[in-house]
Amino acid sequence: MNGADAVAKCLELEGVKTVYGYPGVAICPVYDSLMETGIHTVLVRSEANAAHAASGMARISGEAGVCICTSGPGATNLITGIATAYADSIPLVCITGQVKLDLIGGDVFQEADITGAAESFVKYSYLVRKASDIPRIFREAFHIATTGRRGPVLIDIPVDVQNTEIRKFEWPEEVNLRTYKPTFRGNPMQIRKVVHALETCERPILYTGGGVHLCKAAPLVREFAEKYRIPVVSTMMGIGTMPSRHELYMGMAGNNGNLAANKAIHDSDVVILVGARLADRAVNDPQKMLAHKTLIHIDVDPAEIGKNAACDLPIVGDARAIFEDMLKEEITMKDITPWSMALREIRQKKSRRVVPERFTDPAVFVKTLSLAMDENAVYVADVGQNQIWSCANVVMREGRFLTSGGMGTMGYALPAAIGAKMADRSRQVVSVSGDGGFQMAMMELATMNQEDLDLRIVVFNNAALGMVREFQMFSLNRRYTMVDLNGGPDYEKLADAYGIRYMRIDDNEGIEKKVQEFLSGTGSVLLEVTVDPDGVVRKAGGSK
Amino acid sequence: MKRIFSVLVENRSGVLSKVSGLFARRSFNIDSLAVGETNDPDVSCMTIVSSGSKQTMEQIEKQLNKKLDVIKIKSFENWQSITRELILIKLRYNKSNREEILTICTLAGARVVDAGKRTMMVEMCDTPEKVQMLLDLLSGISIAEVARTGTLALQRCVDTEH
Repeated sequence: MNGADAVAKCLELEGVKTVYGYPGVAICPVYDSLMETGIHTVLVRSEANAAHAASGMARISGEAGVCICTSGPGATNLITGIATAYADSIPLVCITGQVKLDLIGGDVFQEADITGAAESFVKYSYLVRKASDIPRIFREAFHIATTGRRGPVLIDIPVDVQNTEIRKFEWPEEVNLRTYKPTFRGNPMQIRKVVHALETCERPILYTGGGVHLCKAAPLVREFAEKYRIPVVSTMMGIGTMPSRHELYMGMAGNNGNLAANKAIHDSDVVILVGARLADRAVNDPQKMLAHKTLIHIDVDPAEIGKNAACDLPIVGDARAIFEDMLKEEITMKDITPWSMALREIRQKKSRRVVPERFTDPAVFVKTLSLAMDENAVYVADVGQNQIWSCANVVMREGRFLTSGGMGTMGYALPAAIGAKMADRSRQVVSVSGDGGFQMAMMELATMNQEDLDLRIVVFNNAALGMVREFQMFSLNRRYTMVDLNGGPDYEKLADAYGIRYMRIDDNEGIEKKVQEFLSGTGSVLLEVTVDPDGVVRKAGGSK
Repeated sequence: MKRIFSVLVENRSGVLSKVSGLFARRSFNIDSLAVGETNDPDVSCMTIVSSGSKQTMEQIEKQLNKKLDVIKIKSFENWQSITRELILIKLRYNKSNREEILTICTLAGARVVDAGKRTMMVEMCDTPEKVQMLLDLLSGISIAEVARTGTLALQRCVDTEH
């Protein structure tokens, strides 16, 4: 057994079924060894998409996604994918080939200091110097990626280490890292204090972020909200914690969020923030907004508590474990019905935005699409106007909403949709992009075909980079530059080139029927939706 | 505010760059940084002096704690610790200023540790403040080279005995 065989065996022992990547000489031994396992290898068309696909898979399966690339440019291309996963705390194990150990530092062919370059985007990284360390390192890497605050771990393996024979494969029974002991259970004293805060408050809200999904706490948070009738708002990453039309759900808060959600935060007296970090796009000035109210912050990462806003009552731990404990408490709340009723009323107000006549209205389209999708479908939104339209108008039921929230990486949707579909082929997966983001990832249509995946792909076409254009419209006095996308492609021909069905929607007429047709049958479909280049996402957050 | 972080880290390659990189990436100040092995060869001690708001000091400690190569952090203020810094100064001298240099050294408690025909080397080990004072006193005289260790610090015994 050599180092590469050991890598393959480690992946098997960790229960990995699929890996995404792109080969090169420096990683060939690992791919060769993987042929002897049952692990399915997926060849993407560009390395960053290997990480995005692994991310999509991780978010649906709840297990670490794995990607394997070669040294030098393979590794540097992967960085955007790693950084994207880091910003959203997605568990990944990223494996890169490296030049021979004794050539490191010599600027040889396809050498890049990837552990150095990726340092600020990884939870931890290893440069493997001894093949016999591989079992321990892999055991640790999967443990680190999938516990505490999830995140990407990078393992860089010189090609000669992959080829070194090892005498004994020693798989550690358990991981024992003296410097890494994430808190799991919440402190009971702190939980008692939360109970007290809830018993004395009048206008509480639950404010949920992506952390709720990462530790599979969504059902418990919902149960808690329902038990005590507490209104819930979410960040972009927290969408899907509650069904959109749930009477206690007030929508997404923030710059691009809706009125009821922002009002709920503004008027509340106790905010229970769960797995969210009060990022700049979610709360404009957290310190100011949260003054004069009690902030209870539940997060697995102690560094997030107090980072963006002073916290009154911190609970460090796994949200799932904490809500299990909180559900055991019997809390005697004051009557908060007037509070939730008032918010509900705002939530139900009709939006006053004007529906465009010439083009398809993205708000109407997203709503129609999400209602026509399967109840447990996965909706993957890209980045830009399409993302904001999606967040504001998607009607979630029991499905999942995936997007690149923290990093805002264009081109995330298609590869992430590929990973989501491969995590569970029985689930309907829809990828929604703008024409800008789609063109950053459309090479992955080939991967989709090669893996025989059935994806439904929406491209909002306004022949422009809408989000930047909108910024220039409002903030730069309509001095448009670098935002026209006039070079094509012809999406019908593109769909034809990849041998998939093509559809097009140009206006709001018969939109329901067309969306039904788009989602029906088998085999991937590319749906081009022409939208107004002058369309803006401001006030996109209407009501449901 | 100024704060001293005494950080025990795994003695592995790349750890210094990970820790200093964290300070750079998050715009934390490093006023001084000194690293050396401890009595355990697997463990190094980094003494980092930083300044900034109370919230920043709190973040430094939390972010350092997240690093998997960091074993333990103690943070304290100047008055809670014994601090030392070593400085070596090479001075150009001549007949006219030789006496002045020696007087300053005697006053400050510095020692001459080496001398040639035109230059001499002065050493002092004291608190960073005293070391700075010596440097200020000698700044009017022609300084050729300076090397300083940065601050070393350990928490006072009475504070760590319980």
